[in-house]
Amino acid sequence: MSQLHTVNKSPLERNTLESAITHAVKGNALLMIEDGVYGAMRDTHKSDIVSDAMDDISFYVMGPDLKARGIDETRIIDGIKIVDYSGFVALVAKHDATQSWL
Amino acid sequence: MPETKKFLYVNRKAPYGTIYALESLEVVLIGAAFEQDVSLAFLDDGVYQITKGQNTKDIGMKNFSPTYKALGDYDVNKIYVEQESLDARGLTLDDLLPLTWEDEDDDWAEKESIKVISAAEMAKIMEQSDVVFSF
Repeated sequence: MSQLHTVNKSPLERNTLESAITHAVKGNALLMIEDGVYGAMRDTHKSDIVSDAMDDISFYVMGPDLKARGIDETRIIDGIKIVDYSGFVALVAKHDATQSWL
Repeated sequence: MPETKKFLYVNRKAPYGTIYALESLEVVLIGAAFEQDVSLAFLDDGVYQITKGQNTKDIGMKNFSPTYKALGDYDVNKIYVEQESLDARGLTLDDLLPLTWEDEDDDWAEKESIKVISAAEMAKIMEQSDVVFSF
């Protein structure tokens, strides 16, 4: 089973990203959407929890949500792939199940 | 002449994910008509509200960030941003919108509205306020 985890809350306000990463297993994917995209930024107090999990989990972030919040692609942690809405659909289709962390 | 009170609007939420940021901005603009002593505080995820370069065309929502630039015209020119909140998010003053106002007592000189302050200084501003609105 390969699961897709989606996170839509800021990691600096909620522990959603941290909990999703803790409960994701090797080979899983995690997509940051809405306010969850702040979790993709480098140099924040929460950047390390993403960098440290990079070997086991594939990280993705929604490009339109980054753009809305004024986050330039150069500010994103290395290794996180930026996707659009069709990329989101492709990720859902590719995985056996999707878990939405709210 | 009614007594002037010190109003403080506390902003702690990121824009777009919830409605708090936009609601706060609307209340500030409505309140500005009542000629009170208004201050705005941006801390925690609230600092994300006033970042530069927001472009919402691909998410189908209104980009209300340009409206913050109008606050100076409504004599809302005391905008306090917490240093610790910027640091935690890897942000600096350069990442924020340039918010200014024109001082009629100083030949309409353009002045900065944003003051970056410590959490301890923010605590004092909160303590000295007569009315606090939290968003």
